Amino acid sequence: MSQPVQIHANLDPTTALPFPQAVLPVLRNPQLRKNVAHAIDVIQAKRAKLVAEKTDWQQLRNAASAIRAHALDNLGFYLEQFESNCTAAGGHVHWATDAADARRIILDLLRRQQATEVIKIKTMTSAEIQLNPFLEAAGIHAHETDLAEIILQLGDLEPSHIVVPALHINRAQVREIFARRMGLQNLSDDPKELTNAARHFLREKFLRVPNAISGANFLIAETGGVAIVESEGNGRMCLTLPQTLITLAGIEKVLPRFQDLEVMLQLLARSATGERMNPYTSLWNGVTPGDGPQSFHVVLLDNGRSSILARPKHRQTLKCIRCAACMNSCPVYRQTGGHAYGSVYPGPIGAILTPQLMQMHHAQSLPYASSLCGACYEVCPVKINIPEVLLELRSEVVNQERHHLGRFFDPMYLGLRIANLLFARAWLFHTAQWAGRLGLRLFIRKDGWIHSLPSVGAKWTQTRDLRGLPSQPFHSWWATRTKEAK
Amino acid sequence: MHASLFITCYNDTLYPETGRAVVNLLERLGVDLDFNPKQTCCGQMHANTGFRGEAFSQAKRLVRLYQDAEAVVVPSSSCVAMIRDQYPGLIDELGSPALRQEFDALLPRVYELSEFLIDRLGVEDVGAYFPHRVTYHSSCHGVRALHLGDRPYRLLAKVRGLEHVPLANSDRCCGFGGTFSVKNAEVSSAMLAVKLQDVVSTGAEYCTALDNSCLMHLGGAMHRQYAGMKTIHLAQILASTEASPAEATV
Repeated sequence: MSQPVQIHANLDPTTALPFPQAVLPVLRNPQLRKNVAHAIDVIQAKRAKLVAEKTDWQQLRNAASAIRAHALDNLGFYLEQFESNCTAAGGHVHWATDAADARRIILDLLRRQQATEVIKIKTMTSAEIQLNPFLEAAGIHAHETDLAEIILQLGDLEPSHIVVPALHINRAQVREIFARRMGLQNLSDDPKELTNAARHFLREKFLRVPNAISGANFLIAETGGVAIVESEGNGRMCLTLPQTLITLAGIEKVLPRFQDLEVMLQLLARSATGERMNPYTSLWNGVTPGDGPQSFHVVLLDNGRSSILARPKHRQTLKCIRCAACMNSCPVYRQTGGHAYGSVYPGPIGAILTPQLMQMHHAQSLPYASSLCGACYEVCPVKINIPEVLLELRSEVVNQERHHLGRFFDPMYLGLRIANLLFARAWLFHTAQWAGRLGLRLFIRKDGWIHSLPSVGAKWTQTRDLRGLPSQPFHSWWATRTKEAK
Repeated sequence: MHASLFITCYNDTLYPETGRAVVNLLERLGVDLDFNPKQTCCGQMHANTGFRGEAFSQAKRLVRLYQDAEAVVVPSSSCVAMIRDQYPGLIDELGSPALRQEFDALLPRVYELSEFLIDRLGVEDVGAYFPHRVTYHSSCHGVRALHLGDRPYRLLAKVRGLEHVPLANSDRCCGFGGTFSVKNAEVSSAMLAVKLQDVVSTGAEYCTALDNSCLMHLGGAMHRQYAGMKTIHLAQILASTEASPAEATV
């Protein structure tokens, strides 16, 4: 393939700006910030209401966490079981080591059908491997069929969320995109009218295009089946109308038993969209003669996952069922939306997943894109301790960087190394307090506060003042008091 | 009842008035308090920035320093969360089984201030008087790591003269996050702006919390913006009486 394969460069971790720089235009974009905050407040409120009505919510979380952990601990076994059961049901299983491998397999399968077009169910994994631009370059146009994905595709915009990828776009923008790209000058921004426009646009494709690509919410080892949940029914059109269906799934998606869905689906719908059940839950095993796609392929994607699996503390990252509750609860994401995370996986899960998928060669700023407030861990339906993994990754970043000469004199690295020496001996710490108080005195204004500091300190004083250091630290007050008492 | 105060490096350096309030409060309640002058830091700053080795040496130092304490009182929920949630992993990875044993023996005796008052001393009414409108910010570590629940509210409810004004989105992070506030200063500031909106719209005079780190963040912005509000650690409210009102702070 001679043409470059690239999605929006700022969602590619190898080319994206570091998080602290990427957020700057976002933070000053009022429309984006209002849209994101409003959208996740609505989802969060719905989620909270439906979680509250489940008296066994914590037990469900425990069960889901155990099921996912067990599947991952025995992943080889369950993947092989899935392969043999899927094959027995008439499906074909392909193994892809990395993104390039998966793209090649999918392209070959589509070329065998002489495809020039393909319809797609919303799939994060296909975005991860940058499938659409690759297929386009190979002469195959991919039509997204999820409403939000259509908006983004037609508007040439970037997704900012894994469940509701167009949450940063408002109705007026949708109207403009549809009117322009569908040639509907008189379209209003009435939601019903917009939905109808999308429906007409899609129906024609569902009836015409005989090849489809999907992701998978779950693979079921016991049956060789696949499960997909969605809200619109467009996914089911893709799963039932075409002749050929290609399902792309990360290797971590496997569940041991069919009955595990009982736990997972209760948690997923409530966590993701604040619904008791997803409007459409599609389950199928292989091929059924005369009904649905007659050629069914599953592409199992590794793309860095087995290296995450190999590390015990990091493994929990792969428990994720992509519900996005972590980003909906995240106070950082609430301000920034998804684009600043420089990956198709934003928010807290993206902050731990992306650097690991990149084997820590890219996205090193992401583990620091969190205040460690713990809201993500509290809501995670499979109990991924995201703050714990963030800290693991931070420590890896420090180990990578601390011996670089540039970092050696970086004020923060220097400061933390010096602080470590001071904390080892109280008298050194106390001397440093005294020196710090003297040093800061240079910056104290008449009101006793510091309004402006140089270097790293400027990062603080750009929006907050700092009270000057008190003349007597606590330990010295205590010492004086003890002396006086004697 | 005997207890040892771990003041934390942050409070020792920046908020000695909180330490003095803890001393006055606990002595008033009949606690025989000691203070080991060798104490420095729990290691949270290093651990949260990714300096695990350094964090471990501070953890080890702290465990050794307090191994004979009957109870350790810490007026900072994030430092207690550091000890409870991060020490086990650090010690298992970098320390010895013997140190882990010492730590396991110490851990049940480490209390955040409101835990110490309610769970250990069994008091809610500490005899405080603070005639002001106050709102309470549930710091992230207090609410999600220590699960303090309604403890701070129960303490506030018994303070005479105090009018508690509930804070909307009380458990939403203020954006401090330690080095996060400098490494991601702009996002931190955006989070702070949202938090401050909620805090100021309570109409309270004071915003209180069990972490001076959040309060330094909020207080710094209040001062910058002439917001007409102040921050005050809960210990200072609880120490305040008619005879000895809370020291003017921040």
